[in-house]
Amino acid sequence: MTYEHHDYDVLIIGAGGAGLRAAIEAKQRGLSVGIVTKSLLGKAHTVMAEGGMAAAMGNVYPEDNWMVHFRDTMRGGKYLNNNRMAELHAKEAPERVLELEQWGALFDRTKDGKILQRDFGGHRYARLAHVGDRTGLELIRTLQQKVVSMGADVFMECKVLKLVHDAHGKVAGCVGYRRQSGEFITFGAKAIILATGGAGKSWKFTSNSWEGTGDGHAMGLWAGAKLIDMECIQFHPTGMVWPLSVRGLLVTEGVRGDGGVLRNSEGKRFMFDYVAPMFRAETAETEEEADKWYDDHTAGRRPPELLPRDEVARAINTEVKAGRGTAEFIRRRLPSMYHQFMELAGVDITTESMEIGPTCHYIMGGVQVDADTAATAAPGLFAAGEVAGGMHGANRLGGNSLSDLIVFGKRAGMGAAEYIEAGDVAGPMNDEEIEAAVAESLAPFDREEGENPYDIQRDLQEMMQANVGIIRTQSELDDATIQLDTFTDRVKNIKVKGGRAYNPGWNLATDLPAMITVCKTVTIGASLRKESRGGHTREDFPATEPEFGKFNFAHSSNGGNWDSPIVTEESPLLPMPDELKALLEEAK
Amino acid sequence: MAEVTMRVWRGDATGGDFENYTVAQNEGEVVLDIIHRIQATDAPDLACRWNCKAGKCGSCAAEVNGKPRLMCMTRMDTLPEGPVTVTPMKTFPIIRDLVTDVSFNYAQAEKVPALLPPPMPEGGYRMFQEDVERGQEFRKCIECFMCQDVCHVIRDHEGNKQHYAGPRFFIRYAELEMHPLDTNDRRDLVREDMGLGYCNITKCCTEVCPEHIKITDNAIIPLKERVVDAHYDPVAWLGRKITRRTKRSASDAAVQPAP
Repeated sequence: MTYEHHDYDVLIIGAGGAGLRAAIEAKQRGLSVGIVTKSLLGKAHTVMAEGGMAAAMGNVYPEDNWMVHFRDTMRGGKYLNNNRMAELHAKEAPERVLELEQWGALFDRTKDGKILQRDFGGHRYARLAHVGDRTGLELIRTLQQKVVSMGADVFMECKVLKLVHDAHGKVAGCVGYRRQSGEFITFGAKAIILATGGAGKSWKFTSNSWEGTGDGHAMGLWAGAKLIDMECIQFHPTGMVWPLSVRGLLVTEGVRGDGGVLRNSEGKRFMFDYVAPMFRAETAETEEEADKWYDDHTAGRRPPELLPRDEVARAINTEVKAGRGTAEFIRRRLPSMYHQFMELAGVDITTESMEIGPTCHYIMGGVQVDADTAATAAPGLFAAGEVAGGMHGANRLGGNSLSDLIVFGKRAGMGAAEYIEAGDVAGPMNDEEIEAAVAESLAPFDREEGENPYDIQRDLQEMMQANVGIIRTQSELDDATIQLDTFTDRVKNIKVKGGRAYNPGWNLATDLPAMITVCKTVTIGASLRKESRGGHTREDFPATEPEFGKFNFAHSSNGGNWDSPIVTEESPLLPMPDELKALLEEAK
Repeated sequence: MAEVTMRVWRGDATGGDFENYTVAQNEGEVVLDIIHRIQATDAPDLACRWNCKAGKCGSCAAEVNGKPRLMCMTRMDTLPEGPVTVTPMKTFPIIRDLVTDVSFNYAQAEKVPALLPPPMPEGGYRMFQEDVERGQEFRKCIECFMCQDVCHVIRDHEGNKQHYAGPRFFIRYAELEMHPLDTNDRRDLVREDMGLGYCNITKCCTEVCPEHIKITDNAIIPLKERVVDAHYDPVAWLGRKITRRTKRSASDAAVQPAP
């Protein structure tokens, strides 16, 4: 069969912050660039980020520098991070933030006209460049407008089904379909950058949109790349639980940076009871001390509400389990959030409490990459942003995701350009792979009978929330392993109604294989990591074990199809250079 | 459990009709929750756009009981009793069901001459909060395109799309015109090619803006004033001729290399 076909030097899958930043870099290097996105341009999940982007610019606290940011990131990640990524990120984020202003971004300012920075959980100094509480929107709009002015080709509402190799096993392109027409489309590319974002749609309480189905994670794995740290998933501590219309919405951590406190149903400010030894030296012990800090950061130690997200999430979960369900209030400076909650829930967040709970938010795990070039184990394939693993270790600090996107988005564009320049790029795509992907995606139309994909998705979300949620235990993980096999069979028995043009049921049917693949790797990782660390908490292994801090669990696919067996190995952490070790030692 | 009847327009460019769905409704739900319930049960192929379900991405704009609304921000309990009618945005061509072809807006975005700042000094630009605030208001725009949908210049006159950018892009031009760093001049472009003069400030766009941007008062009227000043005021014209900093024309800027 022949399909609509396009060739590019660099093809970027995903049009969030990482994808767009990669596109700018590749364009600036004179390469032809195509961008494929499942939604319209400018709607990616990046818009949801509220708090800001972390960069040690030192505009508010001149004491801040990349070394402190590096240390904070590693400690937040419970030392499971790729230390080279954490280093590059801390060093390059300030420059990446500044260049956004050349492209039109308008950040909030300090009194002397510099970019204002705000406090956030786990960051020692006020470090987050922001625009009120809509920083993600500012980032995506700035990058979008820059990309449009440079003239990259954007394929909107286009879903990629599978990466395709050449005759020698190099990644040579991909096959997908246009959602508006349902017609198939193929792309040939010398290099492909995965920038597909997260995978949280497989959980019931999630802040992720329909797009967060882990397409890039899965496609990378199928194509020959490795996935690491998949068990490390961040549950945002302050997701809305009620009312239903706002379930899954997040109360930005900026709320806590701006004076919001956490109280349980008994009115007790409970975070004081949950300060881990690692953070005790720098955390306030009394309410007076904590309150003083908001007025003058040098006068006291930090309030415990500003501990990293995983700590806060676990504390809230414990309080809820103990029957002391939580509440929170905010005081000021969050205009768009105020508006959102007034309109949707009739809650005045400046005076009233709201009901919150942990919500699946971000996956630290992802495609294993080389820090400097974003190259994966599959030649010709690169990955940046949430789909890439390693940067955040076992837990991501708030504010480090937006800066991750621009730092490693640029590096992916650079890595792809250098790979192309080296000349040893892929040949033509293997037609059989294309035809197999097309046939598989069309199979749900041909079945006489079968299941509604929405039923499968709902059951999968409930199963993952129950068995592979914020607190895990072996028996539940074993159960999940068995159930995922059943889900695999159910996905093979989907029946889709209607035609191919803009059919959400069919679109979901083509997302489910990736969701199953991702859920399997998460469950395997969670089962093998018999300890608690960052975003991975085991009820049956509550302690952090030094032995488990030496490697990542790395998954690869044995067969390259979504239902192929997954092979898991221990992949040793990158050795840390002495000068970086010294930075961590100093902090102890 | 309460039930609600939804009258949803279904069809494509060749035609269509309303279809009724009676589904459950829970306390606190929004229109998009109900549309999702219809998809998950009766009509998995019901086409609608959505992403964030939090009023931040602007994907799920449609007309609820005839008014442009974000479906994710429209609480069911704020609508009158009885069936709820949901139709696609009228100004744009239908693709399928509630999904319209909004490519008009992306074509307009391509015509906007980019920001042209001076070279960045060491340590970054200095700008002050009061100077960035004007632009920040317009940058709150989530591109739901409801202002475009409700603007009668293009809602009722398809032909005007050839020479009219619409409110979303007037705030974009205003933002760039008021940007503290910009050295570009888009006033002639806005007057001649973007049809600013067609707007007769009925403020329909301001009324539907989910971000409460004062589109007419803070963007369109000041932009009209600037255009008038540039074009018809001889003193201002002379003043610009003799000032040291000459702004480049928009067409020059469009071919400027990226910084």
